[in-house]
Amino acid sequence: MTREIISTGNELAAIAAVDAGCKFFGGYPLTPSSEVMHTISDLLPKIDGTCIQMEDEIGAICAVIGAGMAGVRTMTGTSGPGMSLKAENLGLAQMAEVPLVCVNVMRGGPSTGLPTRVSQGDILQSKNPSHGDYKSITLCAGSLSECYTEVVRAFNIADRFMQPVIVLLDETIGHMHGKAMIPTKEEVKAGIVPRKTFDGPSEEYFPYECGPTEPAVLNPMFEGYRYHFTGLHHDRKGFPTEEIETCRKLIQRLEDKVEAHKDEIESYEEFMMDDAEVMIVAYGSVSLAAKESIRHLRADGIKAGLFRPITIWPSPAERMKEHADKIEKVLVVELNIGQFHSEVQRATSRLDIDGLFKVNGRAISPHEIVTKVKEL
Amino acid sequence: MAFNYDKYLRLEKMPTLWCWGCGDGVILKAFIRAIVKMGWSQDDVCVVSGIGCSGRFSSYVDFNTIHTTHGRTVAYATGVKLAFPDKHVICVAGDGDALAIGGNHTIHACRRNIDITFIVINNFIYGLTNSQTSPTTPKGMWTVTQKIGNIDPTFDGCDLAIASGASFVARESMLEPKKLEKIFVKAFEHKGFAYLDILSNCHINLGRKNKMVSAMANLEWIDSITISKKKYDAMSKEEQLNLFPTGVLHHDDEADEYCDMNREIQKAHQGLRSKITQDDFAKKI
Repeated sequence: MTREIISTGNELAAIAAVDAGCKFFGGYPLTPSSEVMHTISDLLPKIDGTCIQMEDEIGAICAVIGAGMAGVRTMTGTSGPGMSLKAENLGLAQMAEVPLVCVNVMRGGPSTGLPTRVSQGDILQSKNPSHGDYKSITLCAGSLSECYTEVVRAFNIADRFMQPVIVLLDETIGHMHGKAMIPTKEEVKAGIVPRKTFDGPSEEYFPYECGPTEPAVLNPMFEGYRYHFTGLHHDRKGFPTEEIETCRKLIQRLEDKVEAHKDEIESYEEFMMDDAEVMIVAYGSVSLAAKESIRHLRADGIKAGLFRPITIWPSPAERMKEHADKIEKVLVVELNIGQFHSEVQRATSRLDIDGLFKVNGRAISPHEIVTKVKEL
Repeated sequence: MAFNYDKYLRLEKMPTLWCWGCGDGVILKAFIRAIVKMGWSQDDVCVVSGIGCSGRFSSYVDFNTIHTTHGRTVAYATGVKLAFPDKHVICVAGDGDALAIGGNHTIHACRRNIDITFIVINNFIYGLTNSQTSPTTPKGMWTVTQKIGNIDPTFDGCDLAIASGASFVARESMLEPKKLEKIFVKAFEHKGFAYLDILSNCHINLGRKNKMVSAMANLEWIDSITISKKKYDAMSKEEQLNLFPTGVLHHDDEADEYCDMNREIQKAHQGLRSKITQDDFAKKI
């Protein structure tokens, strides 16, 4: 069942969070993401939840992680400069395995960049925002509806893998206003899969003792299972350790818990790919222009198709390779200088992947894509 | 009969990594006695610490515990407290944590007056990382980053907390464990943000080049720079110079507490009360 809603991408992300059971939002004003906080500040108090505008971006992510450690579903929203500031503590959430959703509405960078203009310059940042080894999960909304559905999915993935999940919007999608068909609240509620918990005797509880490809099992706080969170390398009970094998296994598990279950996370859309002789790879708002360009190209007799990753990290590498093994002409279109292009090169083992990049804060038009494809 | 701390300690984590003669152990023991005095269940308490020697505090006590990133202690605690306003959330941080890298969080947690106890173990130096200057290092002292003498002015955390809006501000030193226990109890009982400046020694990394090589020498120095608030208040400005008043420095039971106010926001959104306006507040600006 679906319902119709007229809204913006940023508002839909906030509505989705609340429908997905989010109870806490910590944020800081950051153009062009601020409407996420504007919207959720009205919604959370209605359900006994809390939205707090913290003193800075770092405080926002820390409060969100704290609430996540306490056991509730939590979210923050920001844009590039805020992501940079949140980076260190996103690392702690990866290390201590604290689930949370972080919406990043991408604007022009680096630095203060182009605050009110569109970009997709945070693709690589979202892969490794913090120092050290871990495996990020990043989803990217390509339509208004997906601003809702991907945020819902992000909450379930965060609780499944016990780690932060980044949802990328871009300024165009975030501020786009229109009709979206989204699942009903009941359907979303029925699909909520909360984090696993341990219900045996507390003396037998070891939150970080789990299979080599499984996440930690972190019980909510204040329920009789006392343990320790730390950003240090830690043992099965969460306490700091430098024991060689424990350290190695922990970091390897942070990688493997995602790698081994990529199929649960992977998501992509294929548009007119069945007979495609040109594969355009695009995501976010650019994919909308790409779809339009494909209609024009097909009218001109060029069989173009779109491959749109929805899960950016880990990327749908195998599927991209399957296509690239058969299709000679591959064009990556994105609002950065080839950040996902390098991933397509890696995934397909091909260095002859073409690119159409733009970094002036303006969207790519269907006409520009049509012209580029005709030059290939 | 002597007090038995075992129930509240993670005995398998002993001995602590704190140096021989460190004051942090005295603070830890007073902390536990105060928790017991409060009658709180271990399950209902969350202890959040930062980075540094004080950061290890949380791993030694058997409560729900969080060891956070450097300086962010009270921001993490804010999330825990707002998610579970009925539970008891206590932060333990160092002077570098609270007043340098985490200064902004300290200011704003004070300003919000959220019901968290913020224990700042102030040893005037970055101890764990080998003697770098802290915001509380006295002027003229040797540090590894200012080997010919510190020129950075000394920060008074209590002054900052009072100016920022904390409703309970106190200072004690680890020299007086009984007073320490009492001040912890008072802070725990207080509904609102409690900032505690707890002076401790670091004869290893502050003392070694500042003529306080032994713990005793360091403690004597702490004794020489502290005086009760009552005596301090009776002194002239000149006499007050280079002294820290101890005891409760500021206590306001009337100030609005943040979780309570947040509950009013929830009620207003749920139609259980009218919108919040300036008329709701005696102090509006």
